[in-house]
Amino acid sequence: MNFDKEFDASGLSCPLPILKTKKALADMTSGQVLKMIATDCGSVKDMQAFADQTGNPLLSSTEEGGKYIFFMKKK
Amino acid sequence: MTTKKMAIIATKGTLDMAYPPFILASTAAALGYEVQVFFTFYGLQLLRKDLSDVKISPLANPAMPMPVPMPVMVQMLPGMETMATMMMKDKLKKKGVASLEELRSLCQEADVKFIACQMTVDLFDFQKSDFIDGIEYGGAAMFLGFAGDTDICLFV
Repeated sequence: MNFDKEFDASGLSCPLPILKTKKALADMTSGQVLKMIATDCGSVKDMQAFADQTGNPLLSSTEEGGKYIFFMKKK
Repeated sequence: MTTKKMAIIATKGTLDMAYPPFILASTAAALGYEVQVFFTFYGLQLLRKDLSDVKISPLANPAMPMPVPMPVMVQMLPGMETMATMMMKDKLKKKGVASLEELRSLCQEADVKFIACQMTVDLFDFQKSDFIDGIEYGGAAMFLGFAGDTDICLFV
């Protein structure tokens, strides 16, 4: 999937992946896509909840070799 | 969509009890909530510039997981609190949990409003210069003015 910005939250625990996602989205423009990588398994449900509550669509959420990869579109 | 609001009363000044208010406040702010945290009694310690006095004690804390079982008589020895605090901080760091300082500044960056209880500041003769910048001082009525209109209100 194409993306405009990427950051790696590997090794960080709740709530840092969410807080850093929020920060990363702040300097993006509407429609741009953020790729976020995390190792915290709690981030799967947290990212979905973040998307539901903020209205930024979670385009995909996958797991690959212990890493969780998210693509989120800025609303 | 109207902005959701959350109010938290933080009354504890130990390392373990310092985390919930800062985690919930920073996360709620990231979710778009307007957040206020009212720090009273021992919770005021969490607003000090220097957080090195925020510790955890194994004493009277039977649920705290210990690497080796430790009798209460040993837990009360001098230096045990400092050692437990060091071990807990080390564990938090290893597991990628943010430090209190980091979570606190993330809260402030996200416009979480911190209110220090003026009565407790006076009671314990705290100096305003001991506290971080960007906080407000107020009382119960000021807090309730905001809390009465919130979606979530927690006492920690």
